[in-house]
Amino acid sequence: MSPSRTVVRESMEKALFGKSTKSKAMERLVFALFRLGTYFVLLCAATIFVDIVYKGGKTVFRSEFPFLNVEFLSDSPQTLHVFEYQGRKYEMSDSNFRSFREGIDEPIVTETYAYSGGGIWPCIAGTLLLVAGAMIIAMTLGVLSAIFLSEYSRPGKILSAVRLSILNLAGVPSIVFGIFGMGMFVLAFGWNVSLIAGWFTLAFMVLPIIISASEESMRAIPQGMRDASFALGATQWTTIRTNVLPYAMPGILTSSIIGVARVAGETAPIMFTAAYALRDQLPWEGLERWYDLFFQGVMALPYHIYVVSAKIPQNEYTSRMQYGTAFVFLFIVAAIALSSILIRIRMRKKYRW
Amino acid sequence: MDTLAVESQKGDRNPSLIRISDFDFSYGDKQALFDINMDIAEREVTAFIGPSGCGKSTLLRCINRMNDLIESARIDRGKVEVNGVDIYDERVDATELRKRIGMVFQKSNPFPKSIYENVIYGLRIQGVNRKPQLDETVERCLKGAALWEEVKDRLDTSGLSLSGGQQQRLCIARAMAVGPDVLLMDEPCSALDPVATAKIEELIHELKNEYTILIVTHNMQQAARVSDRTAFFYMGNLIEMNATDQIFMSPDKEQTEAYISGRFG
Repeated sequence: MSPSRTVVRESMEKALFGKSTKSKAMERLVFALFRLGTYFVLLCAATIFVDIVYKGGKTVFRSEFPFLNVEFLSDSPQTLHVFEYQGRKYEMSDSNFRSFREGIDEPIVTETYAYSGGGIWPCIAGTLLLVAGAMIIAMTLGVLSAIFLSEYSRPGKILSAVRLSILNLAGVPSIVFGIFGMGMFVLAFGWNVSLIAGWFTLAFMVLPIIISASEESMRAIPQGMRDASFALGATQWTTIRTNVLPYAMPGILTSSIIGVARVAGETAPIMFTAAYALRDQLPWEGLERWYDLFFQGVMALPYHIYVVSAKIPQNEYTSRMQYGTAFVFLFIVAAIALSSILIRIRMRKKYRW
Repeated sequence: MDTLAVESQKGDRNPSLIRISDFDFSYGDKQALFDINMDIAEREVTAFIGPSGCGKSTLLRCINRMNDLIESARIDRGKVEVNGVDIYDERVDATELRKRIGMVFQKSNPFPKSIYENVIYGLRIQGVNRKPQLDETVERCLKGAALWEEVKDRLDTSGLSLSGGQQQRLCIARAMAVGPDVLLMDEPCSALDPVATAKIEELIHELKNEYTILIVTHNMQQAARVSDRTAFFYMGNLIEMNATDQIFMSPDKEQTEAYISGRFG
């Protein structure tokens, strides 16, 4: 290689290899920060999750057949009796204790712990009912308004006002929805503390999410598909029904998944509108007329966690209840989310564009 | 083609189908078409040529009222008549009009449905569900669009699984299924390779026997090959309209000549 080529090569090397060690160090530092931040978030999430699964698992699962704490999943919350009898220690829910005591004449001294016996079945049923009803209402209203906003509305002052109020609605704290629900549905409409009041309150709370996400997924559909439909003599509604809604459905469902998680998880909106701390009957028991179902309060998982964590004296027995409930609650939310994701994947396959 | 061109030079033309008179059109504050006057005869192919943004697509979309869907679109003056009926008369139902005047778009836009369902979409939305009638329509239209032989064994596969040229022919078949008299084609070949383009052009020759065709194109050779008459637009004005060979051999206007010879546009 000639000398001049060597010089060229050296200056090229200088230019290419020349990144200063300082800027490299900076690069590494910044990367490390990003990485640290991510790991920290993961750590927090994992801690919460492991804690709930570990402690809650002890309440929900059993070491011998059937491996599940059936009483916990199928019974109502009861007072727990802890006592000693003939040298053995017993822990029993109120109803079990009563039948146990029947054959025994001598008095038994027990310590009682409120809410710490029995199970959480009414809360599970109540939460499922609340989520189902609220989502039906929210999706109906949400999809209708999204169709209007995306397909029918003309840009202008009114439309901007509507959009602004939807945005604002998304920022309203859930407790405010709770108070609103109480004032509007419970008191003004006279629905009392009831499922239907809870449904509407929760539905209003998730509406902004569902509206904006549904509108987004309708807008994502190529204009060409609408044009083609119009050019074949379709009316606007026909076009929406056959060429917009079906293809927007996966996106609408995605937004609903987020909605479901929020609806299931919120305590504040239902504590004044739908939730009871304790109710003996299950929602479908003792109905005089079928529509009485809507006009009764229910127990709900998040509210139950709140009650057993904050409203009663704390001890090891209530702690079991708290973790057990939290575990079941997590499981249910995850299961609902998973099923919506599966539905979405199936729909995506069916309507691919 | 040649005989027709000779005929049109002699002025011995088919009866008029579409008449556009004194037509001014705007999008919002921006006027897009200025004082358009033209006469389009039955079962002829008319090509609209001109540089981008000259208003040729806009005019095409005025003929089946697709511009109704655009918020700011407005007709300032003049009218468009089809068989003597002013299509902007308030009694006219735009959806009925669009069944008589089909449209094929620049970007092929089959629905994400099967080939079969694509063709009969226009019938389905009219509530036609009789299987024999639908089957007959699918076969007739796909044959008409020269696609039948290629897809007859896989009518239930998605329209999107076809190649670009096939998709465009599917769109033509779909437009034919609702039984229009006129086919509007907005740059139907601009996204296609030469082989697919040749097929569409061949098809246009066939379709001319049954349909009145208006085609917007950027491709001058294409206009020369497929059309009987050509209209040259520039900046929203109709500069010149005449028999195609007249336009390409000896245009009247300087601008037309400059555009055709590639000096601008």
